[in-house]
Amino acid sequence: MSLCVLEGMGFRVGQALGERLPQETLAFREELDVLKFLCKDLWVAVFQKQMDSLRTNHQGTYVLQDNSFPLLIRMASGLQYLEEAPKFLTFTCGLLRGTLSTLGIKSLVTASVASLPTCKFQVVIQKT
Amino acid sequence: MVHTSLDVVDEKISAMGKALVDQRELYLGLLYPTEDHKVYPSYLLCRYGYVTNSKVKFVMVVDSSNTALRDNEIRSMFRKLHSSYTDVMCNPFYNPGDRIQSRAFDSMVTSMMVQVC
Repeated sequence: MSLCVLEGMGFRVGQALGERLPQETLAFREELDVLKFLCKDLWVAVFQKQMDSLRTNHQGTYVLQDNSFPLLIRMASGLQYLEEAPKFLTFTCGLLRGTLSTLGIKSLVTASVASLPTCKFQVVIQKT
Repeated sequence: MVHTSLDVVDEKISAMGKALVDQRELYLGLLYPTEDHKVYPSYLLCRYGYVTNSKVKFVMVVDSSNTALRDNEIRSMFRKLHSSYTDVMCNPFYNPGDRIQSRAFDSMVTSMMVQVC
């Protein structure tokens, strides 16, 4: 199955979640609040845990790190399957991109794995 | 008519942003009342605005010769609208940006309007 299709599906689900999850919360004040929302509320809703770390260069790039990503945990621990792992993260990249898009932020999301089950999602905000 | 309301909504949103007030409510309240000269006899129309976190704006136009609707009722109508809109968004067969053709959404809106009249 093409990776674009997977990412697209994640995107659509993210769009719906971006509408449903913040429904009762007050309006977001700034971009960082939206990213924090992703790390806490979105991750808990989908994976029952929070993101382990969020870093930013304050210039539109954010790195979200999950040290025990639920979709990778059962696969292996360490360097086995390192090549195949990113394919399993495509849907999640789309999910992040979709939620950001509903909340008014255009972005590009990529994932990287250094050693299972830790993975990093890089979010780059696209300025129009 | 709705376009001018949208301009007022945008004004209110940017004003709220600059004020850095803690009040970040979604409900914007009464936009402004106007007289509509095209309709005879002239009605006083009140418009209410509501913005979601996803920047979707709801505008409600109410004829105020109607027994004055309380603020609470307007707020609850907007909440119902928001909740039905969220349901529409979650429908995997709906593409965001299309015209909403959901029967559930339409019947919710109709029943709300009937309740008020």
